[in-house]
Amino acid sequence: MPQESKANPLLSLRGIRKSFGAVEVLRGVDLNVYSGKVTALVGDNGAGKSTLIKGIAGIYPFDGGDYVFEGESVQISDPRAANDLGIEVVYQDLALCDNLDVVHNMFLGREEKRGLILNEDDMERRARETLDGLSVRTLKSVRQQVSSLSGGQRQTVAIARAVLWNSKLVILDEPTAALGVAQTAQVLSLVRRLADAGLAVILISHNMVDVMEVADNIAALYLGQMAAQVEASDVSHGEVVELITAGRSGELGIQPKNGEGAA
Amino acid sequence: MSTQDTAASTTSGGLRGAFSDYVDRIRGGNLGSLPAVLGLVVLVVLFTVLEGQTFFSAFNFANLMSQAAMIIVLAMGLVFVLLLGEIDLSAGFAAGTSAAILGVTLTQNGWPLILSLIACLGTGLAIGLFIGLLVARLGIPSFVVTLAMFLALQGLMLLIIGEGGTIGIEDEFVIAVQNRNLTPIAGWILFLVVLVGYALFSGLRLRRRIAENLTHEAVSVWIFKVATLAVLGGIGTFLLNQERSRRPDITSIQGVPYIIPLILILLIGLTFVLARTGFGRHIYAVGGNAEAARRAGISVSRIKIACFMICSTLAAVAGILFASRDNSISPTTGGSTTLLFAVGAAVIGGTSLFGGRGKISDAVLGGLVVGVIANGLPLITSQAGIQFIVTGLVLLVAASVDALSRKKSTT
Ligand SMILES: Nc1ncnc2c1ncn2[C@@H]1O[C@H](COP(=O)(O)OP(=O)(O)OP(=O)(O)O)[C@@H](O)[C@H]1O
Ligand SMILES: [Mg+2]
Repeated sequence: MPQESKANPLLSLRGIRKSFGAVEVLRGVDLNVYSGKVTALVGDNGAGKSTLIKGIAGIYPFDGGDYVFEGESVQISDPRAANDLGIEVVYQDLALCDNLDVVHNMFLGREEKRGLILNEDDMERRARETLDGLSVRTLKSVRQQVSSLSGGQRQTVAIARAVLWNSKLVILDEPTAALGVAQTAQVLSLVRRLADAGLAVILISHNMVDVMEVADNIAALYLGQMAAQVEASDVSHGEVVELITAGRSGELGIQPKNGEGAA
Repeated sequence: MSTQDTAASTTSGGLRGAFSDYVDRIRGGNLGSLPAVLGLVVLVVLFTVLEGQTFFSAFNFANLMSQAAMIIVLAMGLVFVLLLGEIDLSAGFAAGTSAAILGVTLTQNGWPLILSLIACLGTGLAIGLFIGLLVARLGIPSFVVTLAMFLALQGLMLLIIGEGGTIGIEDEFVIAVQNRNLTPIAGWILFLVVLVGYALFSGLRLRRRIAENLTHEAVSVWIFKVATLAVLGGIGTFLLNQERSRRPDITSIQGVPYIIPLILILLIGLTFVLARTGFGRHIYAVGGNAEAARRAGISVSRIKIACFMICSTLAAVAGILFASRDNSISPTTGGSTTLLFAVGAAVIGGTSLFGGRGKISDAVLGGLVVGVIANGLPLITSQAGIQFIVTGLVLLVAASVDALSRKKSTT
């Protein structure tokens, strides 16, 4: 199966390994992520999706393999290092502080200051620009406390925080899992617009309809191995489901002769 | 294009708009300082009706301020710890221990005042560092650490002072803190400086934010705040400038007590730290969602240690106030109801026991409420039993309001 070869990937993982104690969670995972594309990362519960994401985000180091960003091999030791590269993560639990307002949350840990003093004016302006750039029309005020926001609005704030920093890669871990129909559509179109604006996006989702709707590229993890990474237009809904549940689908995926890991 | 949508529209309704916003917030469970203000008004009216001659006198007003001052300063420190969702049960005895160090070095060892003050504040700082390390690095619940310290510090005080002993304080500076007053003229100047300073500072900020189309409160709200400060500050200054000596022909006692500018400085300085610095913002973040703060790159343990250090250091300041008010330090300094009153003050003022919500001004407002109760009740009843029960109930009511408003805002 010819993989993408026309563009160089923004992020390229090669042979990534990660174990927790005796449990080998990631067993030589390859992944390519391209600017301007939505790469869906799919796989059953426990396949290792979140583990892979957390390694990319610098929450813990991989045990082995190459982490290549913009063509250069890098070592990511902590979340700040990943941020510095332009990698932002929207965690599944959103990681927002309910008691702070939208602006405060978007700049949390990276506040703008004039000397010692917080520069509220600039932060508010930038937060508004970013939200406006996302065409978000549902927020009443950027000075609203996050506790007063709806699920979809909170999701939007978490995404806006991720794109505030001229990021190059935005990773979203199950952003629509808790959302209603209208809000899911809103978040998905936001995801699409991010990619259209030139960012690389990794989207983790269990919802195949969403994945087929928004993804350019689908990477299916199966028991800690990359079953296949394919163009979304080349596969059917059923083939993706097979890749997720069995690790292979026809010629795609881990072939039985060397794929004995499943048991 | 859609700037209007995310822009602030708090300006729209002026005072009435601000009022309906406020009603919305209260409906949403965020009561802010409303219970404390109401409580203060009710209590003052109650005590004035029941025991007006004694309670509502110039002498008692000044006395109340000095009584409340120690509670307020302790509560200010507790706000930092409560904001994290932690507690410091040992703050009262941190005050006592620091005061004991002050007394021993100053009176018994004859140190220069400045060194004694440094030793006193340093003691508070060290106590806070110790508590903070145990809580943040070892992960022991603050309730347990500070309960242990509550006992241990009491013992330490006994060892420092000597069983049953008292250390007198003769230093004029320390005594002046709680017992001397500004001249009436200086009192009015202080009032004007604070009023004009507040009006200018907040007014210029408001003008800038209006000009740059940022979120801002309504101009009428600003006028209302300045006017309230002018009226209340004016009345307070006027009352404190009355002659309150029982024998004016022998000694005259009048003027704003020194303790008031001291509390104002702490109020302004600490409010600045919490509201305007990155450190302050991170305190709220840790209290609101520690895991989110950690993922945002904030060092949660460093924030915690710093807050416990601030709390115990402010306790040491309160210790100086105790020493000044009593002219002495005894093994009971900072004991008994001290800590309960201070925690009560913070909570009554509107600081949440669950972390993430609170302000320094809560400590002042709540401290005044507790001060009025502590001052007024003995005028009505001489039974200590009733006084304890009433104070305990007030704390329970405040905690219930806190818990209920939290419940309301999370559902
Ligand atoms: N910190 C950890 N310690 C030990 N085992 C872990 C740890 N984190 C993850 N695992 C294990 O690694 C495996 C993969 O977990 P991971 O969270 O990456 O799965 P996932 O693909 O994100 O699943 P889901 O769709 O349910 O979120 C699981 O078997 C899990 O038990
Ligand atoms: Mg997961």
